[in-house]
Amino acid sequence: MSNIPSDLKYTKSHEWVRDNGDGTVTVGITDHAQELLGDLVHVDLPEPGTEFGAEDGCAVAESVKAASDIYAPVPGVIIESNEAVQDSPELINSDPYGDGWLFTMRVDDEDALGELLDADAYKAECDE
Amino acid sequence: MQRTALYAKHLESGAKMVDFAGWEMPIHYGSQLQEHHQVRNDAGMFDVSHMVILDLVGAQSKAFLQYLLANNVDKLKDSGKALYSCMLTPEGTVIDDLIVYFITETQWRIVVNAGTRDKDIAWMQQQIASFDATLTERDDLSMIAVQGPNARAKVMGIMPANEVAIVEPLKAFYGAFVNDWFIARTGYTGEDGFEMMFPNEQAHKVFDALLAADIKPIGLGARDTLRLEAGMNLYGTDMDETTSPLVSGLGWTIAWQPEDRNFIGRSALEALKAAGIPQKFVGLVLEGKGVLRSHMKVVCEGGEGETTSGTFSPTLGVAIALARVPASCGDTCNVDIRGKLHPAKVVKPVFARNGKSVL
Repeated sequence: MSNIPSDLKYTKSHEWVRDNGDGTVTVGITDHAQELLGDLVHVDLPEPGTEFGAEDGCAVAESVKAASDIYAPVPGVIIESNEAVQDSPELINSDPYGDGWLFTMRVDDEDALGELLDADAYKAECDE
Repeated sequence: MQRTALYAKHLESGAKMVDFAGWEMPIHYGSQLQEHHQVRNDAGMFDVSHMVILDLVGAQSKAFLQYLLANNVDKLKDSGKALYSCMLTPEGTVIDDLIVYFITETQWRIVVNAGTRDKDIAWMQQQIASFDATLTERDDLSMIAVQGPNARAKVMGIMPANEVAIVEPLKAFYGAFVNDWFIARTGYTGEDGFEMMFPNEQAHKVFDALLAADIKPIGLGARDTLRLEAGMNLYGTDMDETTSPLVSGLGWTIAWQPEDRNFIGRSALEALKAAGIPQKFVGLVLEGKGVLRSHMKVVCEGGEGETTSGTFSPTLGVAIALARVPASCGDTCNVDIRGKLHPAKVVKPVFARNGKSVL
């Protein structure tokens, strides 16, 4: 069974969101998502300063098997992309909630955070 | 969905199973990348029992194959020798690619792809009608390919001496019967090794013995990256019934001589050749970061082409592809990855074999 930390929020499209409490969030893909994708070999991450609406495609994760779009979980502006995963995409496989984070965003509309799934709801999505 | 005799063994080994041409097959057993390196650096085994083994017997077997296949089985002079060939439509396009093993003039073994099973057999049975020869499906047999620099040594390490005496001297692309087994020094990875065919009832025992000899199971995922690095075509993506071997990097498999051998597709191929071949089949190596996939647009001098297979090459650490491009395409091109053009080098369609880059 894949790991779903209870302190994070989730999307149906398998991103996780950590509320940093200062109007910013950190985003990555879930353990379940990295398991489905298999060994990751390349990620395309957004440039800092780029603005995205909720559910806009903003990054691409490529495994040996397939390319998968990653969506902005909430509307906002990219602050930073994780350069370490661009050099070592396997960090997403080995530590999806830690060193394998993808980008941070400044959230435009904090209410949008309330619309994300909690761990139980995300687990139910994965079990379906 | 169909299952091979090794289905339970795959689950025991932690395989993630997927649908492959109607068969429930292992895509990987944890990490496709590790499995790829395992084969390039040591030895791994593939369950390829979904592939179709056919036995051909009868007085006119050879004449039938000389009519059916674009390559010429008359090249096979020594018992056990294998030949790679395309089987063509009358229009000169590819029905399937296959391996045929010469046993005697009246006894041959053929291995065709799983995904094309029904149409291949229907076509072959239709063509064989006018020959004194019979084709039999050998669904009673399983097949395991053991591949890698240490594959042969590890397999022979668990064989009785009298059997080693038969398989040890086998040269590349030769096979031999060993009791009720057929063992050939062939494969689909660009590494040395054996492909072994044996009765289904023995499959579990064989798998366990190979595991005990430290030969790890390898999924279809790594099989695809290994064959692509080795520059080996995959039917259905690199060539099919819409393409001729002449634009699929398979011109070398067409035996034009002797001129009076009338094989299916010959006159169509001759017409294509006479008209001039507008495309060529090449390898691409992406210059920057990213991953090439099949059916991406290729832009080069002389026009546009398309990747037919693409992947991230674990051995080279860069993205590679096979591609069909205009004949005038030079040493460089651009590939359209999600709407952006990325530069790539154009190379011969072979990237890595025997553990090393061949670029």
